Amino acid sequence: MAVKTLTIDGRLVSAMEGQTVLEAAQEAGIHIPTLCHLDGVSDLGACRMCLVELGNSPKLQPACVLKVAEGMEVRTNSDRLRKYRKMIVELLLSERNHVCSVCVSNGHCELQDMAVELGVDHSRFDYIYPVERVDITHQRFGVDHNRCILCGRCVRVCDEVEGAHTWDMAGRGAKSFVITDMNQPWGDSTSCTSCGKCVQACPTGAIFQKGATVGEMQKDRTRLEFIVTAREKKQWIG
Amino acid sequence: MSFSAIDSALPSSVMGGDSRYKLLETAIKRHQSQSDALIEVLHAAQEIFGYLDTDLLVHISKNLKLPLSKVYGVATFYHFFSVSPRGAHTCVICMGTACYTKGARKLSAAAEKISGLKVGETASDGSLSLMTARCIGACGIAPAIVMDGKVVGGQSEEMVTEQLKGWIEDGF
Repeated sequence: MAVKTLTIDGRLVSAMEGQTVLEAAQEAGIHIPTLCHLDGVSDLGACRMCLVELGNSPKLQPACVLKVAEGMEVRTNSDRLRKYRKMIVELLLSERNHVCSVCVSNGHCELQDMAVELGVDHSRFDYIYPVERVDITHQRFGVDHNRCILCGRCVRVCDEVEGAHTWDMAGRGAKSFVITDMNQPWGDSTSCTSCGKCVQACPTGAIFQKGATVGEMQKDRTRLEFIVTAREKKQWIG
Repeated sequence: MSFSAIDSALPSSVMGGDSRYKLLETAIKRHQSQSDALIEVLHAAQEIFGYLDTDLLVHISKNLKLPLSKVYGVATFYHFFSVSPRGAHTCVICMGTACYTKGARKLSAAAEKISGLKVGETASDGSLSLMTARCIGACGIAPAIVMDGKVVGGQSEEMVTEQLKGWIEDGF
């Protein structure tokens, strides 16, 4: 496969044709913030955290789905991008009820880490305080829609890695929500194999293991990587 | 909602020989049960049944060999599909840009006031459903409304109130 040379933040980087800008940046040790990206499953550019500037184009592009091209000039960390990323996190925080102090993932949450990384100490937007459901009908796991950021990682990991496709997204826009089967209680789901991949994939405390209290829900992403590597490369590492 | 049908291959109404299911079978066969014909099949089902209940969606997902959650997700994404019964009369107010600037917001407020419903709701007696759409493509006659499937343009608050009043009071 052809090698493409591009510039990321002034550094010359070479990448294989077909790779994304995010992959090229990660291999070169350049950090681009992400929320909906999960190693081992497909990318869809849902969260817009990885937006980057391209040459002289005024249009921002999501690095996770942007394929590398010869001579591409990418900037990943301008004032404008930092401003937008901060805004995205503030919007996410105001959209649902993200109360870290009572959350099972407090201290181990990707949304919380992102807020810290970007210096989000308050939200300039009014909190919506929606009334959201908590479903603890599953024997081992629970889903708290208050903490969901609609990244769709559970949907993709269930479809692409486990193959059950129990999860999907219902509704549209700000009224979207993740569902199990026919928007029925998770415990009544007939397709769920209770494998727990969605729990590990979820960036926040939205999908959690029952019995965990504040700050106790630590996700182990390496379990997913282990399975994906085994499946794709027939190598059992870890 | 009942989930009993999920375990069985077909909803009980199919066993009973509901003729509407036969019409749906024809629509599914026309698309050779291909999974990428989901939207076309949902369209047909919506037209035949008036709304898509859980049993019906389970039936469709089994026939097209699709995950239950995907079928439900698609059915709830598009405004055309409804997962709960709609009223005898429907009033769909276009909220597209052209209609919005021509005062669609006022029309929906007038409709909410006269019907006592909120947009998206159906009257408890099943007489009327109040809905909005993003753009119905009738920007030239903005603000437009779809009254019982018929597109009417150049609407005013008075016209909306009059029409809905007729439906609510006299049923026509």
